[in-house]
Amino acid sequence: MSLNKLIATRDAFGEELVEIGKKNKNLVVLSADLAKSTRTIEFATVFPERFFNAGVAEQNMMGIAAGLSTSGFVPIVSTLAIFAAGRAYDQVRNTIAHSRLNVKIVATHSGVSMGKDGSSHQSIEDIALMRVIPHMVVISPADGPETKKALRSAIEYEGPVYMRLGRPELPVVTQHINSFNIGKADVLQEGTDVSIITCGIMVHQALKAAEILSSQNIRAGVINMHTIKPLDVEVIHQAARSTLVILTAEDHSIIGGLGSAVLETLSCANIRPPVYRIGVRDVFGESGSTDQLMKKYELTWENIVQAVHKILNRNN
Amino acid sequence: MNHSPELIVELKRKTIKVRQEIIRMTSIAQSGHLGGSLSCVEVLAALFFHQMRHDPHNPSWEERDRFILSKGHAAPALYATLALSGYFPVEELPTFRSVESRLQGHPDSTKTPGVEISTGSLGQGFSAAVGMALGFKISGRKNHVYTLLGDGELNEGEVWETAMFVNHHQIKGITAIIDRNYGQNDGATEEIMSLEPLTAKWMAFGWDVYEVNGHSIKEILDVLDQSIQQRKKQVVIIARTVKGKGVSIVEGNHNYHAKTLPRELADKVIGELQERFDEFE
Ligand SMILES: Cc1ncc(C[n+]2csc(CCOP(=O)(O)OP(=O)(O)O)c2C)c(N)n1
Repeated sequence: MSLNKLIATRDAFGEELVEIGKKNKNLVVLSADLAKSTRTIEFATVFPERFFNAGVAEQNMMGIAAGLSTSGFVPIVSTLAIFAAGRAYDQVRNTIAHSRLNVKIVATHSGVSMGKDGSSHQSIEDIALMRVIPHMVVISPADGPETKKALRSAIEYEGPVYMRLGRPELPVVTQHINSFNIGKADVLQEGTDVSIITCGIMVHQALKAAEILSSQNIRAGVINMHTIKPLDVEVIHQAARSTLVILTAEDHSIIGGLGSAVLETLSCANIRPPVYRIGVRDVFGESGSTDQLMKKYELTWENIVQAVHKILNRNN
Repeated sequence: MNHSPELIVELKRKTIKVRQEIIRMTSIAQSGHLGGSLSCVEVLAALFFHQMRHDPHNPSWEERDRFILSKGHAAPALYATLALSGYFPVEELPTFRSVESRLQGHPDSTKTPGVEISTGSLGQGFSAAVGMALGFKISGRKNHVYTLLGDGELNEGEVWETAMFVNHHQIKGITAIIDRNYGQNDGATEEIMSLEPLTAKWMAFGWDVYEVNGHSIKEILDVLDQSIQQRKKQVVIIARTVKGKGVSIVEGNHNYHAKTLPRELADKVIGELQERFDEFE
């Protein structure tokens, strides 16, 4: 695990968008007065004729993107996750997804880890909202390089995609993985005692937890479930067969997110180990630094390690 | 209409205190929306330090007028004004945006005395303000509702849905004020999403429109009086302001929408404002 270069997923997105835009002339980008924060400003600077600012009007922006997609353009729509999945929910559901339109929604500043803007801006329910919509693909990349690969895959894929990005700078953890396949999770580490199924900003925390656990002779597997929909159910069943317990970890409500998706998958399975969910426990977040909030809302590698100890002790 | 020169001077002094606190708390937090907080200081001062019926020691007093900060990101301006009104200690302001603070990044009515309803998602505070005014109307009460919107906020369709609703349902107990600072997040309003002709738009939606210099306490007090006395029609006040008003490097600078001053510079600017304050002594 290389910790030297930190990069935020939103920064990787901004960079890669320009690269893709050079070749793909059908790419058009929309922002709702957040081009700087979402990093689409870079695309706007290089390709002003293919960039459209909708102003502070997320609902309209989604509708405009829907229409653009019907004439062969590939719209990348970007705003904060809270507004993409929340404010514009009905436009995403009833126009974009319902017609199965080729619109890519790239939502930044997800989770409580977005920090000081506070609970009104911390989307802890967007995975739930998006994965419940038929036709919608939901991706939550773990680091910068994976964001770039995921963006390319999302653009190649024909249909609506929701990509969940974050504000904090993250260590690179997927450098050894060359491909990105929508719906195919990456097993970053094999384990025999516990499987940690995770996504997004929690992947590096899970790897760190696994490292600590390994020094305590607990073998923890780490699965990067970068696609929450369609979910890689095979890898979940495999984890259920090969380890005693499953732990999920996400910067999202424990209701409706990755943890819920894993539980749904296992609800009728023959082999059903206990599933423990790390996530925001049905409360709104608050203002604070990313580190402080991750601690307070129990989203750190320490919390994963503690949880694993607790469940393994209970099981013994 | 006749506001004494003493009152005007007193309020001007208070605006300096408010600006100092805004600069201090955002620079301590190294986070928060400086430009749009500094532009609305006079409007908030006129409302809280003179116009509104309210009791900082009894925030839930039934007869109070209501203020809704629809442009919720200007929370620093609201918090400084509330603190100087007596809702909570001024010493609490530096906790802005830190864990466990009552002073959240955006106004949270479950945490802060004087905040009537949570805002932060643009466009929504205006609807809620009108809902309050409708409640007072149907229960025959005289409480007045004031709300402050950003000009960028006017991009939201919800604002115009609300504007239509007010006219249709003949709700008179509402005064909307627009902080017309000509800036939004990505740049100048007329470059990002043009609003003009803005007065004509509001008139077409059935509102009485007043335009004032949003940094003139006297003009604001006069127009607020007018809006209350008439109560014949819903009123919108377009307060022409300068984003970042009071700090020369921030004034009209779009980079400071959500950027703060480094501590040292902040202290310097606070000192310069103090000199202006002393001019009133
Ligand atoms: C629904 C919604 N979309 C986006 C944002 C992010 N945002 C915060 S402030 C802002 C610009 C607002 O401009 P304006 O209303 O003119 O505020 P001011 O310039 O007075 O600060 C944006 C886009 C938000 N808070 N709410």
